[in-house]
This record gives sequence, C-alpha cells and structure tokens, in this order.
Amino acid sequence: MDIRSKALTKSIWVFHMSVGSCNNCDIEILDCFTPRHDIERFGIQLIGSVRHADALLITGAMNKKAIVRMKKVYEQTAKPCVVVACGICACSQHMFRDSYNVGEPLDKILPVDLYIPGCPPKPEAIISGILQLVNKMKKGK
Amino acid sequence: MKTIFYLLIFPGFLFSLTVGLLAGWLDRKLTARLQWRVGPPWYQNFMDILKLLGKETIVPEGSKLVFLLSPYLGLASVVLVTASLGRSIISPLDSFSGDLIVFLYLLIIPAIAVIIGASSSRNPLASVGASREMKLILAYELPLILCVIAVVLKCKGALQIGQVIQYQLLYGSIAFSLSGALAFIVAIFCIQAKLGIGLFDIAEADQEIMGGTLIEYSGLPLAIFKLTKAVMLYVLPVFIIVLFLGRDLTPIFIIAKYLMLLLIIILIKNTNPRLRIDQALKFFWRIPTVLAGIAVILASFGL
Repeated sequence: MDIRSKALTKSIWVFHMSVGSCNNCDIEILDCFTPRHDIERFGIQLIGSVRHADALLITGAMNKKAIVRMKKVYEQTAKPCVVVACGICACSQHMFRDSYNVGEPLDKILPVDLYIPGCPPKPEAIISGILQLVNKMKKGK
Repeated sequence: MKTIFYLLIFPGFLFSLTVGLLAGWLDRKLTARLQWRVGPPWYQNFMDILKLLGKETIVPEGSKLVFLLSPYLGLASVVLVTASLGRSIISPLDSFSGDLIVFLYLLIIPAIAVIIGASSSRNPLASVGASREMKLILAYELPLILCVIAVVLKCKGALQIGQVIQYQLLYGSIAFSLSGALAFIVAIFCIQAKLGIGLFDIAEADQEIMGGTLIEYSGLPLAIFKLTKAVMLYVLPVFIIVLFLGRDLTPIFIIAKYLMLLLIIILIKNTNPRLRIDQALKFFWRIPTVLAGIAVILASFGL
C-alpha cells in the first residue's frame, strides 16, 4: 500500500453535515470527541471548512431543499473523500421514507462508503464503523 | 553550497520543520491530557502534512496566481529567519549588523501572506478572517517592537543578534533585569498572537468563521500554511530565548528553555477562552503596550 493512502487513513478530517436531522446523531458525533471516547487518538478531527475535509459525515433524512445544498458541498470537497451516512435516517430514511418533503435516499445521490445504523448510533458504534472503514481502505485502495 | 545546506537542512527548513511539527504534537498531546483525553500519537502532525500533499488542490475564482503563490512567500521568509537565527546561535560572530530589524520584518511576512491569500480567494468568510488578521497585526506589532527596543537599549544600542548574545554572556540574561522581565512577559503574549493560538485564535476561528483565512485552501497550499505555522512555533520561542534568556546557549539549555516557554504558551492557551477582535485590540493597546513602554524607559536608564 502506498504512503498516500496510509497517511489518509491515519489522519481523517471530518466535515459534519446535517441534512434535516433531529440533532440526536449530531450530539452523539460530538460525544465521540469527549474524554470518554476521544476519537482524536486515531487522528480524526472535526474541521470547519469543506475544502479541508477527507470525510463527509451526513446525518438526517434528506429533505428536498437540503439535497441541492448537499450536492454543492460534495462538489466543493477536495477528493479523495469518503461519504459516511450516520444514523438510520441517512442510511434508509427510516420512518420519513414516504413523507411529502423528503427526496431520494442518500445512496442514490452520492457514493456512500460507510453506513452507521442506529437511532441515534452510540459513539461506540460510530468508532467501530470508522475503524472498519479504515481497514477497508487499507485493504482495498 | 554551504549556504544551501544551512537554508535547507540544518538550522533551516528540514530541521525547523521537524522540531516545529513535534512541538505541534506536544501542544495537541498536552491539550488532550489537560482535558483528560489520550491524545494523538507522536507522528500525527507529519501524517496530516503527508495526507494534505496527496489531496486535490481546488483553486477558486479570483486571482489564481496570487492564491497559489502566497503560501510560499510566508514559508520562505520564515525559513530564512530560522537559518539565519540558527547560524548566529552557533557562531555569534557570523551575524550581520542590523539583522534584528531584518528578523522583525521577516516575521511579519507570514501574516501578510495569509492576508493576501485569503483576500485573493474572494470568499466572504476569508475576507472577514483577513481583516481580523490585519487588526491583530496592528495590535501586537507595537508592543513587540517596543520589547525589542528595550533589549537593544539594554545592550547599549546593539542591533545585531551576535552582539546581544555576547552582551548576555558577559552580564547575564536580560530577562533577569527589571526592564528585561517586563519586556519578556509582554513578548510571551505577543508571540501567542503571532502564532494565532488560544486567546488569539481570532483570524482562523474554526468554530465561528469556519477556518477563516484558510477556508478556501486545500491540498498542497494548505499543507504549506500548516508548515509555516509549525516553523513559526519553533522560531518564535527561540527568537525570544535568544533575546531574553541568551546567557547559556548550549544545546541542552536551549532545549530546556524552549520546552519551558512552550509549556507556558500551551498552559495559557488551555486555560483561557478565545477573545473577540475588539477585546484583543483593547488588551494589547492597554496593558502590554504600557508595560513595554515602561520597560523601554527603564532600559534607557540602564535598569
């Protein structure tokens, strides 16, 4: 495996994007950075600007207005970048599937690399999901 | 040939970059420990830089050439300072007269490069960051220059790093005199503002203006800016050590003094919240400027 992808797996900068979530997933994501879970030991950081991001962490059922913005944000990220669907809403739209205001599910719009189910997912689930993604990147790319 | 070696390898680029990135890791690790976390491994900052080198570079609409060139301007000027300062620590007689003024000028250039790069990206948040950076420069430059003037007066008008070191070899460190102590305290605050960390993380402010001046940068230019920050984290404390604690400049003492200064900076960073830009301006123009002015007056009387 070349040094580029090794460096990418050792230092993942996450841009957190909410497309109509109820905030529970967002709170659990912040929990990953607290002393108990401390995800920074794997080199993972939350950053402010999409241009710096290596991973887009998407939470919430896509409503029709948010989809347009989300596509724009994905176009603005510097590639290579992975897309993570966090929470059951982002994975499969959950109970909002046939609502009047939601559009297509996430994986029909963007190439999703990792699904983390749960309503909301526990911080342990998020960490285990990210480590699985890292292992997949180490083997695959 | 020798000059290129000095510039690129030993006191210059490669050495200062390694030390700076390790110091950056120490900052992150200590911050994590103070917050009861574990913190990243020691190679974390090297990995961040390596990763950024492998990413795509996105150039926004606007002045593309200036946008891509301004990071190099900042890095080049800082590396020049590290090489020259390192040489004058190793052999004080090698320094040229007036290099203190040159250093002061070269150390402003990284901030100016950030302003130029941010303004050329045409992003509204970046322009907010750039205007804040500009105000911060206006705030901290005056007390810093007054501190250096106090040192120069103390050394009987020596504008050369070598002469400052020799004066301290003969008469003891400047920080242990009355005027020197005042100027030293002010200088510690000024280098924090120059580094833009902790109290004075105003221009970048990840939580508020989303990366501020660096918002449009990605890939290689972002890595260059991060490297500039790392080299600044090495060269500014060393500059302060040479000016104020320059009595014993053997390697062990330099490392001990550097770690001590770094620890003070990290502790101040972790125990204080970020200031607003107007608070920072008020802070610098009231207390540190007055203290530095008093230091200059005391130094002119030889205290």
